[in-house]
Amino acid sequence: MTKEQRLKKRHAAEKRFRLYGLTSILVALVFVLILVNNIFSKGSSAFMKTVINVEVFFDPELIEIENGAPEENIREADFYDITIETLLKAYPAKNLDEENELIDLFTTDAEIEIKKAFLENNNLIGKKINLEITASDDIDQLHKGNYPRNLPEDRRRISNFQLKIYDNLLKNNKINKNFNNYFFNNGDSRDPELAGIGGALVGSFYSIIICLLLAFPVAVLASIYLEEFAPKNKITDFIEININNLAAVPSIVYGLLALQILLATIQLPRSTPLVAGITLALMTLPRIIIPCRASLKAVPPSIREGALAVGASKFQSVFHHVVPLSLPGTLSGTIIGLAQALGETAPLILIGMVAFVVDIPSTPIDPSSSLPVQVYLWSESAERGFVEKTSATIMMLLSFLIVMNFIAVYLRQKFEKRWN
Amino acid sequence: MKKIINILLGFLIALSFTTISYSRDQIKIVGSSTVYPYATVVAEKFGKSGKFKTPVIESTGTGGGMKLFCAGVGANHPDVTNASRAIKPKEIELCKKNGVTEIIEIIVGNDGISFAHSVSAPDADFTKEQLWRALAAKVDIDGKLLENPYKKWSDIDANLPNKKIEILIAPPTSGTRDAWNSLVMTKGCTKTAKSLYESAGKKAKKECAKIREDGYAVEAGENDTLIIQKLSSNPDAFGFFGYSYLVANKDKIKASSVDGVQPSLEGIQDYSYPIARPLFFYVKKAHVGVIPGIKEFLKEFTSKKAMSNRGYLAKIGLVPLASDKYKATRTAALDLVTISIN
Repeated sequence: MTKEQRLKKRHAAEKRFRLYGLTSILVALVFVLILVNNIFSKGSSAFMKTVINVEVFFDPELIEIENGAPEENIREADFYDITIETLLKAYPAKNLDEENELIDLFTTDAEIEIKKAFLENNNLIGKKINLEITASDDIDQLHKGNYPRNLPEDRRRISNFQLKIYDNLLKNNKINKNFNNYFFNNGDSRDPELAGIGGALVGSFYSIIICLLLAFPVAVLASIYLEEFAPKNKITDFIEININNLAAVPSIVYGLLALQILLATIQLPRSTPLVAGITLALMTLPRIIIPCRASLKAVPPSIREGALAVGASKFQSVFHHVVPLSLPGTLSGTIIGLAQALGETAPLILIGMVAFVVDIPSTPIDPSSSLPVQVYLWSESAERGFVEKTSATIMMLLSFLIVMNFIAVYLRQKFEKRWN
Repeated sequence: MKKIINILLGFLIALSFTTISYSRDQIKIVGSSTVYPYATVVAEKFGKSGKFKTPVIESTGTGGGMKLFCAGVGANHPDVTNASRAIKPKEIELCKKNGVTEIIEIIVGNDGISFAHSVSAPDADFTKEQLWRALAAKVDIDGKLLENPYKKWSDIDANLPNKKIEILIAPPTSGTRDAWNSLVMTKGCTKTAKSLYESAGKKAKKECAKIREDGYAVEAGENDTLIIQKLSSNPDAFGFFGYSYLVANKDKIKASSVDGVQPSLEGIQDYSYPIARPLFFYVKKAHVGVIPGIKEFLKEFTSKKAMSNRGYLAKIGLVPLASDKYKATRTAALDLVTISIN
């Protein structure tokens, strides 16, 4: 082989390697794009909801309260008759079956929505107002084009009569799309049009805060001690190996641990963010200790020695000089650890977070679900409307993760000092 | 190190104090994933009606629910467990051991299991024996037990379609699989096979319910929605799941007849459709009056508004009880009638 041939061969090898690298990155990108596209195309419609414009007449005959009645009385008052009366006016129905089908076009919470409109403006008795009432899940899905209408009637959830009403309302511009405030404000519900991630958001928030409060100080102190103060001997080596092992333990194992210790022995209440936060803290602890130690290790010895040389104690050199310099790495490690904890489902199954919770938790010891658990629960529901809700919840979860990772990168780039 | 230990100890002590003051003003329900959709709807209506907090419902499966339910009396243990089968003597034993001696049994309604496939496939009709032959690990041929040799439906019976057998099945942990085993696999099992198992000293019931593992029956996971997606994209595949899923997905899947009967509301109610079963939930009587709202919750669940033919549970696929059974259930719920435990 001549010199030229060998050179050519080496160049070809390099070219091939570059090509392999590029291909694998492209393949990964394509998969990410498919996943994101799949989630976004299914989920983006969940942020809007279909509403039907109706005219509400607060007939004094049908209502037991008067203008200016105290709020308490209104809350207890029965708006059922007015609701039925209002809904039936949307389209002429001939018999009871048709009336029922007509009422089914609206959400089961129509009465609550009318009552809310009344509460906002407390002197509506005897007046007429236009109100947008949330449509039922079936109409919502039909309007968003997620449900086929060209099937024979017996294979559709929407009857021919209901389709006729829908077309009529559409022609008269009575059907609109609004921002879906329920999706963010409500807890879980079995009616997809009323279901929201409000409860799950609060639950996740409490869990992550408790996780942060428990894991962060312990992890930082542990890593400072191990890195700066602990003698290097067999015991600390053993501890170091085990911290690395713990970081790799499957998260479901921490769920089992929590089930045994927190629920069975200490008897903390099941399904609560308190237990979830402690469990996630146990899981996150080694995952924070490792980057913390790495960032402490990255501070050059000259800093420590300089401090010691001008007469600082060991404690002063560590806490006045080393720790502040390692802080960016510590914080970004913590945030990435918390982001992992936020997306965790497996340990939460064992401590009872996979539960149907309607009320939004007000304290960390109220039962609650969390975002990933809500995804899991909705993906199992039979109703069609939960498909888009599932994807939309994944979108929310992904955007939280992206924001957290972005903050971590930002902190590192902004505050990290380079030592060269 | 001491510092860390001290901090950890401090947290543990603080936590143990919080438990002492812990009490519950909210009903807690665990149990079957089949009853879960019905229980959640009732719970939501119950919560909206005002006076009490909405009950929290965990879907743990029937067996897991019984374990939690029978673990003891007190605010840390659930008040109600849902079940897709009746409580077993073993579970009653466990309850008794842990001081749960008074249990109220409520029959919620009936659930039919539909054997369904994509709407684009031609209609089908199977007998229970044919279904057993398609799924069993071992079948009897000419008086001998052999590893299941059937590859196509037409191998079982010439009248069946000439297509590969492909059935998506629920995992062994699900209540649906339990019901399928007892209603189809055990009953469809031929007498010859049963006697062959018994003469070999094995339990016929258990052996008949064993499912083949050669790729013709595919375990598809707990997620019934996923099974439906798979069925709608593959017209040759069959699957089984609760009747409510059939109702909610009429545009994608349709049911095959079993023994010539299509699943229907009436058929499941009077059990003329052969794969139907009652659903239950169990209530701890000791918690009534301690945890607020249990009595009212029972009243709501068993009300005509919920349980009758036109009730809201029927709308989402629960098959209501026949009227005489309904009366018995209603009485049990109102008078808190407990089941006998000996």
